[in-house]
Order: sequence, then C-alpha cells, then structure tokens
Amino acid sequence: MKRTGKTLTLLAGVSLLLGVLGGPATAQDKPKELKIGITTFLSGPAAVFGEPGKAAAEMIAADINKKGGIGGVPVALSFVDEGAGGEALVSNYRRLVQDEKVDATFASISSGSCNQLVPLAEDLKMLNFMWDCGAASILEAKKYRYSFRTQANATPEMLAVLVYLLKTKPNFKTIAVVNQDYAWGRESWEIFSTALKQMKPDVQVVAELFPKFGAPDYSTEVSRLMALRPDVVFTTSWGGDLDTLVRQAGQRGLLQQSTFVLAIGESSVQRLGKDLPEGLIIGARGDHWFMHPEKKNDAAFKAFNEAFKAKTGSMPIYPVYHMAQAFAALQGAYDKAIKANGGKWPTREQVVDAAPNLEFVGFGRPVKLRAEDNQGLEAQLVGVTKKADGFNHMVLDNMMIFDAASITTPAGQKSVEWLKTLKPDFVKMDVPVFQHGK
Amino acid sequence: MNSTLFVLASLDGLSYAALVFLVSVGLSLIFGVLRIVNVAHGSLYAFGAYLAATLSLLVTPISPWLTYPALLVASLVIGIVAGGLIERLLLSRVYGREEVLQLLITFAVFMIMDNLQRMIWGVQPIYAAEPLKLLPNVSIFGVSYTSYQVIVLPVVAVLALFGLRYFLRRTLMGSVILAVTEDREAATAIGINAQKVYLITFIIGATLAALGGALASPTTSLVPGMGTEMIVLSFAVAATAGLGQIEGTAITALAIGMARAFVIYLQPEFEVLVPYLIMVAVLLVRPEGLFGATKLRKI
Repeated sequence: MKRTGKTLTLLAGVSLLLGVLGGPATAQDKPKELKIGITTFLSGPAAVFGEPGKAAAEMIAADINKKGGIGGVPVALSFVDEGAGGEALVSNYRRLVQDEKVDATFASISSGSCNQLVPLAEDLKMLNFMWDCGAASILEAKKYRYSFRTQANATPEMLAVLVYLLKTKPNFKTIAVVNQDYAWGRESWEIFSTALKQMKPDVQVVAELFPKFGAPDYSTEVSRLMALRPDVVFTTSWGGDLDTLVRQAGQRGLLQQSTFVLAIGESSVQRLGKDLPEGLIIGARGDHWFMHPEKKNDAAFKAFNEAFKAKTGSMPIYPVYHMAQAFAALQGAYDKAIKANGGKWPTREQVVDAAPNLEFVGFGRPVKLRAEDNQGLEAQLVGVTKKADGFNHMVLDNMMIFDAASITTPAGQKSVEWLKTLKPDFVKMDVPVFQHGK
Repeated sequence: MNSTLFVLASLDGLSYAALVFLVSVGLSLIFGVLRIVNVAHGSLYAFGAYLAATLSLLVTPISPWLTYPALLVASLVIGIVAGGLIERLLLSRVYGREEVLQLLITFAVFMIMDNLQRMIWGVQPIYAAEPLKLLPNVSIFGVSYTSYQVIVLPVVAVLALFGLRYFLRRTLMGSVILAVTEDREAATAIGINAQKVYLITFIIGATLAALGGALASPTTSLVPGMGTEMIVLSFAVAATAGLGQIEGTAITALAIGMARAFVIYLQPEFEVLVPYLIMVAVLLVRPEGLFGATKLRKI
C-alpha cells in the first residue's frame, strides 16, 4: 500500500508538472482573443484618413468576430494615435507589444511613423502590416522579416497617374507642381518628375511650388500659376490642403485653364462635391473607388460600402480599403499558418513564415506580398472626374486599372534608379478602360 | 520681375496681410494691456472660423446674403463667450504671477479648445464659401481675383485698424484702457476698475482673433490644427512689430505678407521661412521689435 501510495504521489506530481507545462501550450494553441494594435491618426490634419481607417477597423473586426473570429479566435483592437508624435508613438507601440501583448500590429499611415516602427517591430519580433504608409525606400533599403506592406508604395501610385496623363493628354508641353512641403510632397514629385523626364523629355517644368503643410491660403500660388499658364498642374496634396487649393483655384478659373492632376484625390472627391469640375485626373493610391468597376456588383463590396456610409455618413475612401487589406492579410496569414500547422493554432513565427507570397483580397483586385522584399503588389485605379445623375459630387470616368506587376519597381531595385531606366514606350502598355456605370 | 507680376504679387500680399493683421493685432492688444502672451489666441481664431462656417451653412438656404452677418455674429459670440470665460475663470486668477504660469495656462486652454473643436466639428475639412461666391471676380492683367480677397478683406482690416485707433484714443473707455496700461495702481487709485478693463480688452482681442477666423472661413478648409498655424505666424508678426504696437502690427503684417508673396514668385522654396527670417533679423537688431519702445509700454 505504501509503495502504491508513493507511486500515486509520483504520478500525481508528474501529471501536475505536465499540467503546468502543458497549460500555457494549450492556451497558446487557442488564445481567448487575437489582439491587434493599430496605429492611425486620431488627431491633426491626417485624421481625415485615420478616423475613417479606425471606423473601418472596428467594422471589420466586428464582422470577423460575428463569423467566429480568425481560426475560431475573436479579434480585439487597440488604437494608438500617430498624431501624438514620434516619441509618444514609439512608447505606445512598445506598450502595445510588451504590456498589452498584442499578437500583431498594423502600423502606420505616415511614412515617418513606419520608418520609426518597422525597425522596432523587427527588434520586438512583432508581426507588423504597414497598412497605409507609402515611402518606397523603407522596404528597398533593408529586408525585414516581421514587417509587410499590404498595399503598394508611392512609385506605382505615381507611375500609374503619369501613364494615365500621358495616355490621355499626350501633347502637353508644360507642367507645374504644387505639393505640400514635407517628405511625401517632395518624394512623390521626385518619383513623378523622374519618370516624366524619361517618358516625355520635352516637357518643361515651369514651377515647383511647395507651400507649407497645412497652409490656409494658396492665393499667391494660384496667381502665379494663372500667370504662367502651365498645361498641367500636378499635386499630391491631400485633406484640407487639397480642398483649399482646389477651391481657391476653382474660384479663380485656374481649374479651367490647366489640366489638374490630383494624384491621391480620390479621398477628396466626395467632400469637394460640386466644387470639383469635370476633367480632373484623379489617383486613388491603389484600385480604390467605392464604385470600383470590377467590384460594383459584388455583394460583399456593396454591403460593406453601405454599412460604412451608415456608420460614418460617407462612402469609403482609400485608407478604409487599405485597412480592409491589412485585415485580409492577417486572416490569410493565420489561415495559411493554421493549415501548415495541421489545424493547430500557430506560433507567431509560423504566422510570419506564412506571410511571404501570401495572396489576399480586400475590396479591390487581389494583392500579393512579394517574398523578396515583403512589398505588396497592388493594382492602381486612375480616372477623370465627370458629372453623373444621382450624385452630389463628381464620379470617376474613363477609369484605367493598372496591373501591379507592370508598374511596380522590380524586387531588389531602388525605385529612383529603376525609374531612370524607363523609356517613352513604357506608356504604351495595355490597360483596360472602364466607363462610369458600365 | 516685370510690372505685371509686381502688381499680382502685391495684391496677393495685401489680402494675406489683412487676415494676418486681424489676428496679430488682437494678440498684440492683449499683451499690451494684460501683459499676457495668449497662446489660446489661435484657438479663438479656429473657433471663430468653425462657428462662422456653421452659421453660414445654416443661413444659406434662407438667404446667402445672411452669411455676412453670420460672420460677424460668430466673431462676437466667440469673442464675448469664449474670451470672457477664459479671462474671468482663468486669467483673472494669475495676473501679476510668474509669466511662465500665465503662458502654461493659456497653452492648456489652447490644448483643451483644440480637442473641444475636434469633438464638436470632427476631423473632416469643412468649407463654407458662400460669402465669397456672392461677389464677382475681378480681372487684373488677365488674372482673375475674387472681390472678397482683394477688396473685402483689406477693407475690413483697414476698418479694424482705424476703429481700434479711434476707440483707444478718442473714447472714454479707450482712455481708461490706456490709463490702466500705463500704470495700473495709479489708475485703480482714481477709481478705475482694472479687472473690468482687462476683461473688456481680452474680449476685444478675442473677438479680433475670431473675426480673422470668420473672415478666413470662406476662403480655406477648416481642419484640426488650423489654430496652430495661425498662432505661430501671429506671434512672428506681433514680435517683429513689438508686442503692444497696433500700427506697427499693421505695417509688419503688410511687410511679411508682401515678402511672402514676392518670394513665391521669385524663390518659392523660401516661402515658409520668410516670416521667421524677417522676425529673427529684426529681433537680432531690435530685441523690442521694429516699433516697440525699450521700456515704455504703449498700445
């Protein structure tokens, strides 16, 4: 009996030990929730993107949870305000990872934020989806393991707009730029002008204007452009700055005098209403438009758009669709990793391993995460403004959707160097054209 | 630069200077009398703009011409209500205390109002251009300008300048304000209610800031952070002129507005720097500002 008692005690000890060791493994296998930390602008001018992005994240998370979660695990969101500035952002990101123990992060909107957080995510071994930032250089300068960009970067975004311009207005001779005076304004013009020089070397740049970010007045810029009379005015401005520029230019007739190219103007089309005239070229930072010609009859797309409008009062703009792509990538990576793990809940490293070459669909064409540099290959939609019955704002017409592969910097090359190799016949690529409502 | 571009740049500079003057002179007036650098001035500008746009959008369906009185009403409401509350509830408790404390309090108000603005009006840009659309454009050397920009704004700025001059130098209340500015203790000794003078002065300054915002609202998109942009520029103008200098503020606003416009035509990459380069250059030579007196306080 004594021996039996000792044996039982030993067995109980072993089973307790196994229980202790096995407990966390079981919990890790199926956590109670999948925590996602999201950095977005909740204050400052860029909140025009950040707030819709947040609203989209909340909607999508609720929808995922309604359907049973990712791999059966509900998602929980934590948000950090990018508008709080660099140091606060870094501290909050650390807090998300180390204290709140999030399982993945979506960071960020601003390229400046991505430049800070991508190396940090690498140090912390945190799966991170760069959900909206556009600077090409981040992933061209170094190969990261833990960060992936779930959309395109500024190079294909600008290149698509340029090719559209050259295809539709091939005879222009002069161009001027009015961009916000910060990294995005300068870099986007560098990409556009470098490619323009290669594809149409005879074009003369008559003015390069970089008014202060957040400038409340563009009167002098408008006067100067009216005096210079450029054939084309190019801008990558956004938010209130773009609204002010377009309205001040419209009130004084500049929009009728020159062809305006609003390279990321899709996000302002609804807001500008009837102040936007016909004939402006509009880019969308991806194939994003709430009347996407290839998706407009898709039930899920239509339902999402209507639900978003019911929640926020407006149809989605591109950051909303970028947020949807980040969620689709996360879901795709987990599904792939679970499958590779024989149906068991994967470790973070297994999820990270599943991300390269992942193909997922948000609310546009499929996006692929290129394995060589973790860059997302995303199609680009560009169109021209047109009046349409039933809308209190312009719609997009003559839409071209550019295939990602044809306009994205090849893996392993730097964008600016690659752009210098382009030839004038680059513009001859075949691109499908879609009319509004057809 | 040919004569055509000279005229165009001058017109652009004039309209820009008009708005900057309205905001800067309120800041300068408050400092001249209360000796407080009011960081919340930018928020009063933003609130004036937002309320003016809200009222304009409300009255436009009734009659678009009602938008002009709406601009004025918005300025007065913000000046009297917000300005009055800030002065009575906060600033009146720290007169004579350390300058850093006063600065911190106005900075706190600025932050609170910035968040309040976001809560009330959201983050999407707001635009209410009806007052501007009502007036015809004018063509100068083939370049179209809005009448609002080259006529209404400069005229209001000139009226504000001469109105302030008249008020301070030709009315009893103005004389009382000047007396308190010169020597508060002596003025109090002869029965002047200095607290009341401070309140009225702050309300006038706040109303001018709100008027600047209200007048700007038809020309620009109202966005979070717009007050920050304006307060920084207003400080540059007021400091360059010499804090407390009304006419000096007008001349400096005009100089900075013109310089900015000419730079956009000639060397646009210096546009952002120009006001601050001028400020640094002036303050290095005259720390009291272009029109400031070394010791005497003037308004």
